[in-house]
Amino acid sequence: MTELPTSTDRKLGLVIDLDTCVGCHACVVSCKGWNTENYGAPLSDQDAYGAAPQGTFLNRVHTYEVQPPEGAAQTVHFPKSCLHCDDAPCVTVCPTGASYKRSEDGIVLVNENDCIGCGLCAWACPYGARELDQAAGVMKKCTLCVDRIYNENLPEEDRVPACVRTCPAGARHFGDFADPESNVSQLSRERGGMDLMPELGTNPVNKYLPPRPKQTEEIDILAPFLTPVAEEPKGFLKWLDKALGGD
Amino acid sequence: MHPAPSVIFFTVFSGMGFGLLAFLGLGFPAVTGLLAFAMYTIGFGFAVGGLLASTFHLGNPKNALKAFSQWRTSWLSREAVLSVAALLMMAVFAIGAIFAGVHFTIVGIVGAALCIATVFSTSMIYAQLKTVPRWNHVTTPLLFLLLSVTGGALLAGQVSFALPMLIATGAVQALTWYLGDSRFAQRGSTIETATGLGMIGKTRQFEPPHTGGNYLLNEMVYVIGRKHSMRLRVIAITLMSPVPFALLLLPHNHIWAALAVLSHIIGVVASRWLFFAEAEHVVGLYYDKR
Repeated sequence: MTELPTSTDRKLGLVIDLDTCVGCHACVVSCKGWNTENYGAPLSDQDAYGAAPQGTFLNRVHTYEVQPPEGAAQTVHFPKSCLHCDDAPCVTVCPTGASYKRSEDGIVLVNENDCIGCGLCAWACPYGARELDQAAGVMKKCTLCVDRIYNENLPEEDRVPACVRTCPAGARHFGDFADPESNVSQLSRERGGMDLMPELGTNPVNKYLPPRPKQTEEIDILAPFLTPVAEEPKGFLKWLDKALGGD
Repeated sequence: MHPAPSVIFFTVFSGMGFGLLAFLGLGFPAVTGLLAFAMYTIGFGFAVGGLLASTFHLGNPKNALKAFSQWRTSWLSREAVLSVAALLMMAVFAIGAIFAGVHFTIVGIVGAALCIATVFSTSMIYAQLKTVPRWNHVTTPLLFLLLSVTGGALLAGQVSFALPMLIATGAVQALTWYLGDSRFAQRGSTIETATGLGMIGKTRQFEPPHTGGNYLLNEMVYVIGRKHSMRLRVIAITLMSPVPFALLLLPHNHIWAALAVLSHIIGVVASRWLFFAEAEHVVGLYYDKR
């Protein structure tokens, strides 16, 4: 059903720490790996070994450069996947009911058996979180690894989305935003978790932690020990220096 | 946005077809017999042909019947339901007019209303999208409805009605472009709001997430041909509005009338191409593109 639930019992989602992400793209790879082998149609590639390779991904890492008013520019790695919005515009536009938001945990999913591949949900999403698979002709999107997080066949530590499990920097956190004491709620509160494009009124569940301000003009306490030692050469070295024309 | 030919033909021809059917349903002209057969063939041909063309851009058309189910929230589903209702209602009216020489007035009026409602729901598929500021405005349904009524009047031979409508269509088309050009900036979405990094400072893309293309860039960051947009606009609006207007002012003659329709159609197709090609989706901001 494409009517959005008025509220959801839980609000499962991610906190993505832009301060910690190192831009290694491991989450991109693990996401593609898990989701091409498990729920739904595989994430196909076209012309994978040719001149213009393309493929379906549910998670991509952008990299930006931010120039503060003062001081040096900062590089920010920026992973982007479905934000599982509370007011998901992708769901209500779906003509078939294939797109839906679950009332129990707030995950936005596509029922591929109902999808006609019209692409309207991808148009409605401001974040580019949905990609129409070019081989299967159905819409693919982040499932928050719904086939991992409730999967009792997996060891408990693996019952988190693949991207979270694989992140070597610990930049991705999974949890329930409906619980104010959950890890993600606390992180978001403490670090000023922000919404992307809030002006579009989508009310994303996923939050992004802004990069911490960089220290400027503060030299490390060990720096004095690292000052270059440039004494006048003596003896043979003095002769060599002269012979080589150094002055 | 990617200007898919199937969607351009669908929106242009089904719009004109439903416009013609609406005029016929209201009895302008109240044709019967063979002439009715010819006119309904054009009307249904355009409307149904357009709808069929629209299925060509579906990735998985075998589920198309399910698109009738979500009319409570989805304009695309409403369009599907309304178009079938309009076609069925007008089929009843057409059978009466062609084979029995009678006009079921109430059926015709309801059918005409459904035809117009179908075109409105088509326009709302685009106008509802906050992600495409150029479309997300009242001028989108206004222009779609005017084009449908104007095209319908031309096809139905309602010259005295078509003349002022041609002028109105041209004016609204010009207004749509004028207002649309600044709307993306007005809505205030930037790479800084898209990434949330505006709180630190000016942001630019340092490295894209992938070196090749992808569905998002092909579909929503379509920039080819935008540099010709000014010239195309002049061609589109000229062929859509003043040329058919002038041709209809000439002494009445089927050749001039046919040329007027042809010119109008080419103009509208060009305008619809621009409607897609010039529309900028906010997702382009993540790629530092428009």
